[in-house]
Amino acid sequence: MTPLIQVDGLVKHFVARRSLLGRPTATVKAVDGISFDLNAGETLALVGESGCGKSTVGRLVLRLIEPTAGAVRFEGRDIFGDNEAELRARRRHAQLIFQDPYASLNPRMTVGQILEEPLLLHRVVPPDRRKERVGALLATVGLDPAHARRYPHEFSGGQRQRIGIARALAVEPKLIVCDEPVSALDVSIRAQVLNLLRALQRRLGLSYIFISHDLAVVKHIADRIAVMYLGRIVEMANADALFAAPRHPYTRALLSAIPVPSPGAHRDRQILQGDVPSPIAPPPGCHLHTRCPHAIDRCRSERPGLVGDPAGHATACHRWRELPDASQLVPREGTASAVLEKLQAAFVRAAE
Amino acid sequence: MASITANGMASVDALQVESPARRAWRRLRRRKGAMVGLAIITVFIVLALLAPWIAPYDPLQQSWSLVRKAPSAAHWFGTDEVGRDLMSRVIYGARASLSAGIISVGIALCIGVPLGIVAGYVGGWIDALISRITDAMLATPFLILAIALAAFLGPSLGNAMIAIGITATPIFIRLTRGQVMAVRVEDYIEAARAVGNPRWRIALFHILPNILPPLLVQATLALAAAIIAEAALSFLGLGQQPPAPSWGSMLNSAQRFLTNAPWMAIWPGVAIFLAVLSFNLLGDGLRDALDPKER
Repeated sequence: MTPLIQVDGLVKHFVARRSLLGRPTATVKAVDGISFDLNAGETLALVGESGCGKSTVGRLVLRLIEPTAGAVRFEGRDIFGDNEAELRARRRHAQLIFQDPYASLNPRMTVGQILEEPLLLHRVVPPDRRKERVGALLATVGLDPAHARRYPHEFSGGQRQRIGIARALAVEPKLIVCDEPVSALDVSIRAQVLNLLRALQRRLGLSYIFISHDLAVVKHIADRIAVMYLGRIVEMANADALFAAPRHPYTRALLSAIPVPSPGAHRDRQILQGDVPSPIAPPPGCHLHTRCPHAIDRCRSERPGLVGDPAGHATACHRWRELPDASQLVPREGTASAVLEKLQAAFVRAAE
Repeated sequence: MASITANGMASVDALQVESPARRAWRRLRRRKGAMVGLAIITVFIVLALLAPWIAPYDPLQQSWSLVRKAPSAAHWFGTDEVGRDLMSRVIYGARASLSAGIISVGIALCIGVPLGIVAGYVGGWIDALISRITDAMLATPFLILAIALAAFLGPSLGNAMIAIGITATPIFIRLTRGQVMAVRVEDYIEAARAVGNPRWRIALFHILPNILPPLLVQATLALAAAIIAEAALSFLGLGQQPPAPSWGSMLNSAQRFLTNAPWMAIWPGVAIFLAVLSFNLLGDGLRDALDPKER
């Protein structure tokens, strides 16, 4: 079976500065050679700090921006070979959910108009049944169909995000790129929206590319996780495997930064020194070598490839086999105090 | 019908759904200055439309026995140097002034907004070309350019409107371009693209409605400037041609009799003053009412 999406050697450079004559003098290497596959019905999470290029990957997969190099195949066909009309037709199959629910809805359109537009553009249903479908979409995401006559400013953040989800669902897509869909929401609303996304996936067989900087959120929703650093994937594995045994020093540092809901719990913290280098001039070799406690000369000169093992756990590190055991890094379930766990469970119930 | 939906939010269908336009109107109504301006403009529009029924005399009817008579019960505003009733001429003059304002601003909008959208949305060398021409036109003073264009086209009210319209265009190009560039990077424009809108639909249905408020304000203020410009051109003999009345040409003929027949200058002057002030008041009020940052 061909994967739904095959990303192959994707590169995107943004021009940061131009000379007086308009020639680029500095480029930001936002995405620096990324490859992955995504199967139907699967959720792949792209995780990393802000500026690591994860949102750029999401927009490239939808061809909202043009790549510098590389290919994205959607059901086996390179989307960058499409002409304008083919591209618009393909938008029916791949949709986007935005981070900021306040900015992503047109303030001059009613919710009904926002949801009707994709139906009209792709002739999803005949014109006389559009209103009905808009009502059904609103019901699907847990809103009142009567809300179609209202304007976005009349809704709360969580409700707006549901409208954004309904818009993405309107065309019955196969893939939805979720660009930090819950990071702008209150913690109490996050669980609701994440549960909704999961329920929709089960019901409609959707594939998600889930972009996030929040590993706790990703743990809930992802089948596989790709960790990005400075435009490259440094580690990619099934979610369980990644959390159980992170291999790359950067992944370990990220995981050890997840707060543990237990005041007395002891664990090894791995804190990276320094700041993320500028993507205009990323360090040679392994991008992490300037901050990595395990770096050797080879890391400074030779770029590590993303090498997978038979289980599908891929790591881009020259030394991961030599690194100390990492099982202490991740907060294990059940280490939290009983009182806290009760409290947490109550919160989850309230949120649902 | 207040039901509770799945996510625990009361639905309030009974409440009026307030569209952005309705909200702007509600806020505009609270501003006294704007409402005074709107009232005066309405009066002028009614006068202009119904001039044949409202004006007490034929504005072109001359009378040698009534030359430069001061205001009286028969002629409330007095008469001019050939005995025509000034009140009737001011009322008919509203037609020239208002239509000059509306038509020239209409011309400026029809040329300026599309060019501004193209410049702001397409960008590249097209933007560079349009913007440089705009800069060049804006470097010339408004009235000088209008006078030069009107003189080039030949003296008539229609040509004056065209000249004023073209002269007012670059302001709208620049304003539209700036607004488009601010709006095009919004998430909801990317969302419109992601959903599969062609470019023309994005420009027309997603960008244009969101840049209308500042354009509306600018158009109202430009109307005031266009009325002054029409008066100036008519004063110089480049606009409304005699004997047809216009406030500017009335001022022109009045200047020779300022000391012995001041009413000839006062009434058209008051009319210009009121019309321009009203449009400016309305424009300022609209700017406040449409400001998204105000409640």
